Amino acid sequence: MKPAEFHQRDRLSQPPALTPDYKTSVARSPRLALLSLQGSMSEITGPTFGHSDIDPVDNDLIRNYARTGDPVGERIIVHGRVLDENGRGVPQTLVEVWQANAGGRYRHKKDSYLAPVDPNFGGCGRMLTDDQGYYHFRTIKPGAYPWRNWVNNWRPAHIHVSVFGTAFAQRLITQMYFEGDPLIAKCPIVNTIPDPRAIDQLIAPLDMNAAIPLDCLAYKFDIILRGRRSTLFENRLEGN
Amino acid sequence: MAQALNYLKETASQTAGPYVHIGLAPGAAGFDIYRQELGRTIAGPDVPGQRIRVEGVVLDGTGAPVRDVLLEVWQADAAGIHPHPEDPRHAEVAPGFRGWGRVITDFDSGLWAFDTIKPGAVMGRNRRLMAPHISFWIVARGINIGLNTRMYFEDEDNSSDPVLNLVEQAHRRETLLARKVKPGLYRFDIRLQGDGETVFLDI
Ligand SMILES: [Fe+3]
Repeated sequence: MKPAEFHQRDRLSQPPALTPDYKTSVARSPRLALLSLQGSMSEITGPTFGHSDIDPVDNDLIRNYARTGDPVGERIIVHGRVLDENGRGVPQTLVEVWQANAGGRYRHKKDSYLAPVDPNFGGCGRMLTDDQGYYHFRTIKPGAYPWRNWVNNWRPAHIHVSVFGTAFAQRLITQMYFEGDPLIAKCPIVNTIPDPRAIDQLIAPLDMNAAIPLDCLAYKFDIILRGRRSTLFENRLEGN
Repeated sequence: MAQALNYLKETASQTAGPYVHIGLAPGAAGFDIYRQELGRTIAGPDVPGQRIRVEGVVLDGTGAPVRDVLLEVWQADAAGIHPHPEDPRHAEVAPGFRGWGRVITDFDSGLWAFDTIKPGAVMGRNRRLMAPHISFWIVARGINIGLNTRMYFEDEDNSSDPVLNLVEQAHRRETLLARKVKPGLYRFDIRLQGDGETVFLDI
């Protein structure tokens, strides 16, 4: 396959760096324009992962840290596909997730929220997509939690998701929200995204077809990474 | 009405937040869960090349170190080859060379460091050679979408690098240069904002 570069990132559907209602962004946002680069080998390649990097239990957050029993909370499956903008599944790519427990508390030495840590819940998982880009993991539904921004801000229930794709230019971290959560519309972090359709794309619908009767509910979350150019005319990336 | 193009749209980014370590470096969050954490070894012990350490801090607009930042790096081996099937020479990549690393800071000082080998020059577009460089991707609480930049070496000939030469204000190219502290040790501080703001890339 001839090397090809990626579609330009649509910055109008991505959050800008400076979003004053999310206060921490104010001092952590570049003020000067980004320098736009056409892709070179350094951007169109990226790390690859295989089954020797991870273990099968890593995608089961109900079991991967269990000590004395299952964690407390609503049992769910999250499943979906990692696709590119051309609609093609992204195979064998690493997906990493992390989240708070059912009470909204993170297992992190910097989290001091008064909700208790669950002794049976670590709060992270990871998996590779299959040959068609499918992934799935099992977990408990995270709780909402308060955070310091305005006096009374609460994060909607969410799962943090990190995806690699096949190239450094596709690297993405995002957050998945749950259909029907009234806190989504009130969240300054959600609202860093200017395009309402792009926000909708972060909200996973309840998927009763994937739920397991008498066991767990399911949510479906597709993740779209940047697509690659398929017309190579005048593409001088290789330089020959 | 024309036909619909039917491209999907890239999922929007959201901040990695203050607890990014739980997912990407759980040891730093304070617990042990995986058989191995990923991104610790960029170049295995048998990989040829000059062994170097790169260290630095990420500074916010007030000049304070960002202590909850997470960085990922991606680079070619000493022969300028990326370990990826798109690289035409990838079959010749040095065995044990991963090219990718993930680093977090010391929570008190904000200092980060990683050990690797110095990359070789990489063939760029239109057969213009790119000077040795390491690509960076930076996420943290308060960063809405990961920031991309590149690190070059002050002790290499960077004069004809096609990316550095795209930076319109010549003095800003300095922000992409790692300083040589002593043989094998480079310092690369990243400034998110304000005086000496690092050149960030839209790749
Ligand atoms: Fe969170």
